[in-house]
Amino acid sequence: MMSESIATIKAADSAPQVKPKRPKPKSMLMLAEQSAALFENARLAKERGEKVGWSASIFPQEIAETLGLNVLYPENHAAGIAARHQADPFLQECEGPMGYSNDLCAYAKLNLAYTSVLNNESAIELPDGGKLVKPDFLLLTNNICNQLTKWYENLARQLQIPIFFIDTCYNPWDYVTESRVRYVRAQIDELIKNLCEFTNKKWDDEHFKEVMKISQRNSFLWERANNLLDRKPAPLSGFELFNYMSSMVCNRGKTSSTAILKQLNSEIEQHIADGTSTFPVAEQFRISWDGIACWPYLSHNLRTLKKYGINMVASSYGKAWAIEYDDLDGMARAYCFASTNGDNASTMIERRLEALKRFGCEGTIYHVNRSCKVMDCQMMEVQRQLAKAAGIPFTSFDGDQADYRNYSEAQFETRIQGLVEVMQQNKEDL
Amino acid sequence: MADLHTNIESLKQACQNPRAQLDKYLAEGKKVIGCFEPYTPEELVHASGMIPLGLWGGQTDLKLVKSYLPPFACPIMQANLELGLNGTYQGLSGVIIPAICDTLRCMTQNWRFGVPDIPMIPIVYPQNRASEASTDYLISEYENVLVMLATITGQMMTEKALCRTIEIYNEHNAVMREFASLAVKHLDIITPAIRHAIMKSALFFEKSEHTAIVKEINESLNALPDYKFVGKKVILTGITGEPATFLEILAKNKLAVVGDDLAQESRQFRTDIPISGGGGLKRLALQWKNRTCCSLIHELGRPRGSLLSELCQQTQADGVINCLMKFCDPEEYDQPWLEADLKKAGYPCLTVEIDPLNTSFEQLHTRIQTFAEML
Repeated sequence: MMSESIATIKAADSAPQVKPKRPKPKSMLMLAEQSAALFENARLAKERGEKVGWSASIFPQEIAETLGLNVLYPENHAAGIAARHQADPFLQECEGPMGYSNDLCAYAKLNLAYTSVLNNESAIELPDGGKLVKPDFLLLTNNICNQLTKWYENLARQLQIPIFFIDTCYNPWDYVTESRVRYVRAQIDELIKNLCEFTNKKWDDEHFKEVMKISQRNSFLWERANNLLDRKPAPLSGFELFNYMSSMVCNRGKTSSTAILKQLNSEIEQHIADGTSTFPVAEQFRISWDGIACWPYLSHNLRTLKKYGINMVASSYGKAWAIEYDDLDGMARAYCFASTNGDNASTMIERRLEALKRFGCEGTIYHVNRSCKVMDCQMMEVQRQLAKAAGIPFTSFDGDQADYRNYSEAQFETRIQGLVEVMQQNKEDL
Repeated sequence: MADLHTNIESLKQACQNPRAQLDKYLAEGKKVIGCFEPYTPEELVHASGMIPLGLWGGQTDLKLVKSYLPPFACPIMQANLELGLNGTYQGLSGVIIPAICDTLRCMTQNWRFGVPDIPMIPIVYPQNRASEASTDYLISEYENVLVMLATITGQMMTEKALCRTIEIYNEHNAVMREFASLAVKHLDIITPAIRHAIMKSALFFEKSEHTAIVKEINESLNALPDYKFVGKKVILTGITGEPATFLEILAKNKLAVVGDDLAQESRQFRTDIPISGGGGLKRLALQWKNRTCCSLIHELGRPRGSLLSELCQQTQADGVINCLMKFCDPEEYDQPWLEADLKKAGYPCLTVEIDPLNTSFEQLHTRIQTFAEML
């Protein structure tokens, strides 16, 4: 969930060894433009006196898009700050003067501290000049986790602004019950009405249908790009797909995302046609990555995996934004079922098993993300069942999506080494 | 009528050994359903002719659970799953787990696979209670629970039974609230640990039985002259005020508990089920809408600070102890706000980390001693 290129992060990390940089593909340049435009448009809207929102990352973005509202994404923004190694002052401020526990989600801690600066309650220097402009309203869903609800409640009180909330309800069953669909659909209707009143915008069904079509097209293109990594060897270094997630998270209903994803698909196809890959070494092993990227140590993760020729060809995380539906009821159902964090273990295992098979994975790496209890607290059971069903080994490592203090390079290296030994043995046994 | 001491002792015993309560009900030929904290529709279990038994962990060595939960998971959930895995909860006909926080979402699945011989009944309470549709949704969740309970009893619950249960639960709430106000006048007898035992024991009894015992306690207290307490008075807020050693430390430092906003105690009793407004299930759903000031229920404005200030005023408390459950993120988000609101209202607040599995209390003792001196 970030717009920074991995190439940039790598360069910052490995300063002493100056290597010639691979030129950025066109899709990445388009992505950078889109990301800059998102923040700039929000700034300009604010200047014009229009209302600007902040949104949870799997909120139905199509609603704000239909109304022509400018909306920014704190999770995406926090990931960017963490990846640029700028999180420290925010974490210190949140756990220090602001009085929050260090047990909380690091995205939330980072954003709550950033907000205190926007609200003139803190004097931390904003490394990006405050491009995440102060919101006038909040768009909330809890399909990712319940911490988002608490985090946004605090923002609402801190900034004295309203929350527009869609409670998607956890799915303990293997499908979204019809009563959930009805409840969520009713909330969508109420939310549209209330948001129109608050922002003085008018809902246009025809425009919504257009946005929905664009969103569906983007979901298709995103899924297609992900699926092209099923080629052996994969045409892309799988981590690079994380870069494009901002297109799906923040701009899912926009034609600019269609252009980026079409470009990305054609670049991948070109690699397939040429027999090339952006993965810099020979692909020895294909693995699946479970959990959010460990943004503060992305370059270390990549370097370590590259050392053994491990390419991450499947991820449980990015595909959460491939959301498919064709009407408002379908939208309600789709957003209830989008994130595996909101689904029961059977659904989670089924989706992962399908991916492991499709992409020919030889192992799985689980990121025990200290920020994310909903991911961690059922991961061990999922690991056991999945390893048995797929017949492939796994390893896990301790990390965090944004708090650099919860990671050990040595542990990551040892765990990967152990996984490689088992995967190697499996290859030899074949 | 049993005397005050005997009644208090029987409730203390139930808290110290909930397993004995389970065995007692099983011996009576009753079926028992375990209810995870903090909110489950106990009334549906009761109206289905079974006994709802609260599952709030307990001090136990964590062994088997290490294959399911990371070390930074809620200690109550760690203990509950350990006790499920090691067979301590054998005899339960099922458990109800509310997916009300991120850890509890996962607990539904860990239990399902880890303890397959005790069926898991999930419930997901609606959080957007401002939406009218949340009531119908919650009713449908209750109906799912009822269907699963019926597979255990072999019978469907009746509306008449549910209406009677609602009366029993509302009466119990009233009796518990009466106890809380009487306790303040008898702080020589109702020490922090005894107050806690009387409150917590409600989780381990069929409710009308518990009502009968607490009614007798209330009568006994009413018959005694008021006691003039000379120490300082505090309110507890949080999930639980356990383990008992924590409460003993309060007493040692001449701190009396005169009120609480604990999920295990007063949050259980402060919201009645409406006596009108529809059938039993609808009224239960309306009770959920009326619940307030709980970290696990979405609500705007962070109102806990105001509630606690009012409680301090009503009970003439000198301050508040925030019993912050270890690794409880919903409570952690409330903490800075309730501390700031209390400070603004002029009430000192001490936040202590609560770990029911803890066995070392030196640091806690020092912090409470300092707080007591400051008060």
